[in-house]
Amino acid sequence: MSLQDKLAAAFKGDSKNATVENYKKEAFEAFSQKGFPTTKDEEWKYTSLRSVLKNEYGIESAKATNITQDSITPFLVAGLDSYKLVFVDGVFQASLSDSIEEVSVKLLSEAIEDASYQEIFKNKYNTLAKGFTSLTDLNTAFTTEGVVIQVAKSKAVSKPIELIYLASGETSAMLLQPRNLITVGENAEVKFIERHQSVANVATFNNVVTEVFVAKNGIFDLYKIQNDKDDASLVDATFVAQERDTVASVYTFSFGGNITRNNLSFYQNGPGCDSILNGVTILEGSQLVDSHTLVAHKSPDCQSNETYKGVYGGKSTGVFNGKVIVDQAAQRINAYQQNDSVLISDDATINSKPQLEIFADDVKCSHGCTIGQLDKSALFYMQQRGIPAKEAEALLMFAFCSDAIKDVKIPALKIKINQMVADKLKVNIQFDEIAE
Amino acid sequence: MLKIENLHAKVEDNDILKGLNIEVKAGEVHAIMGPNGAGKSTLASVVAGNENYEVTEGTISLEGEDLEDLSPDERAHKGVFLSFQYPVEIPGVSVTNFIKTAINAKRKANGLQDMPAGEMLKMIREKSALLEIKKDFLSRSLNEGFSGGEKKRNEIFQMAMLEPKLAILDETDSGLDIDALRIVANGVNKLKSKDNAVIVITHYQRLLDYIVPDFVHVLADGKIIKSGGKELALELEEKGYDWLVK
Repeated sequence: MSLQDKLAAAFKGDSKNATVENYKKEAFEAFSQKGFPTTKDEEWKYTSLRSVLKNEYGIESAKATNITQDSITPFLVAGLDSYKLVFVDGVFQASLSDSIEEVSVKLLSEAIEDASYQEIFKNKYNTLAKGFTSLTDLNTAFTTEGVVIQVAKSKAVSKPIELIYLASGETSAMLLQPRNLITVGENAEVKFIERHQSVANVATFNNVVTEVFVAKNGIFDLYKIQNDKDDASLVDATFVAQERDTVASVYTFSFGGNITRNNLSFYQNGPGCDSILNGVTILEGSQLVDSHTLVAHKSPDCQSNETYKGVYGGKSTGVFNGKVIVDQAAQRINAYQQNDSVLISDDATINSKPQLEIFADDVKCSHGCTIGQLDKSALFYMQQRGIPAKEAEALLMFAFCSDAIKDVKIPALKIKINQMVADKLKVNIQFDEIAE
Repeated sequence: MLKIENLHAKVEDNDILKGLNIEVKAGEVHAIMGPNGAGKSTLASVVAGNENYEVTEGTISLEGEDLEDLSPDERAHKGVFLSFQYPVEIPGVSVTNFIKTAINAKRKANGLQDMPAGEMLKMIREKSALLEIKKDFLSRSLNEGFSGGEKKRNEIFQMAMLEPKLAILDETDSGLDIDALRIVANGVNKLKSKDNAVIVITHYQRLLDYIVPDFVHVLADGKIIKSGGKELALELEEKGYDWLVK
């Protein structure tokens, strides 16, 4: 039985919320028609899900978890005072999570049944994700849990919120489909760190959807840390809708996993928006990371800044597809996009594609793409000053990536990322002391 | 200190050094002059261990130890320093942090702990003052957007920090105005001692007014064709190289 057939057999589609039930049925219909994407789809040309779909996914019922605080610690940001929300195998773990008073946090499963949430489901939920890809629809049809977080007007949340989704299955491969909805109120400010991590001894497949709405003058930051096991795959779709004068940043740090597909979409719905999309990918083995980004400039006087850096070793593959659409109304916008890759092995591959569709005439759009190897003369120069070859290489790679890391606003996270980069490059260098 | 015997080296298929001999003792300053394409920069690169060059014959030894099998960083740890003719830009790494990393890599190789932060800071302050380097310069990305003079000054600053036994200055004077030249030469002179040695590679006698050599060698077609005292440099300035090369 194929995964698609298995899903069809398991589909129920009922919900205590009429809006959600409707979405589920609609999404399941759409998914049934389109099925899983294949490399024949232009948008999935370089990313085959075959290795992910061949697993026998079991439908495990929720069980008591043996995950403890200690087993989560490695996946948290050390030394960071944060609010933690922990899910294991799709089930919220209150004992491992922090209660948050300054922000409204509700589990998706509870919000669906809560009358006071009717409006947000009608006006926000699935409005960005609907029909985006068949996998997004799959999530809509099957999701059972996630968080609905609302930051009230003018609230500057005092600590970052860490969303930790663990997979701990033991018997059969796991398909997990968390769903998040975040609203940032007018003039409010909030930072998130998101991580999907397998501690399972089976293959895992996370199909995640997050919708974010940032109201007038709001500030939103999301840092995604991806360093999963080699049998863990992730397809993520994150949507950020910005009202006027908002600043939204999403950083994606991809250091591991089997297949990782990041769909990141920004919609600038009012003037004066600023969107920041930064990514650092460092891969080895046969890992694949595919970053598909979209910035939809729909309003005048906005900016977008996109910097993606990648270092590819082994037989790894990188895909970058950066789409920028500038509507006719979006005059005087400034869109910047840069994708730089270094191939450190003969067998590594990068497919990089900027995609600009510009319908306004008074705009500044720039894009650049470089693919290269480490500069030999720079390596000799550094070695001549006594820095061993391996450290010199790592230092050059780190310096190469630093443009996409330097503006991380959480100091403890910056240290963590620097450390992860050092580990990934297998050197013992305190990059945080080296980088300015 | 440095002994080079019958050195032959090539890059790709071009023979550049063709049997070069030179001996530099501790406390000495040697100048190597010669026409373009004579092999001056090749000599510097080969001594520093640049793998683009292949040594086909001959030996290079530092304090009696053969350098042949040592990588560039291992040679640096033994005390070889090369001031590059064209220093490389390294965006994302500041001058200060680069030199800290270099110093601690050398200390580690020699079995020492990292230099304490306070000591490092003091040393950076002293040595940058010696080369009239401003504080904001130290936090800029290494060589990125530096003027020619700034790059060369930064090279000598690194030399001052690393305190090498053998310093090779490869056309450190090119692109320097007279004030910068004076500062750089003054820096080199302050670092000179009876325990270290300096090789100055240059086209022009001008630098040698400031860094006075004990010996001057003429390198042409991959060999030293004439050696003499500092007066040879003046003679070369006046007459050029043609009378020697013919």
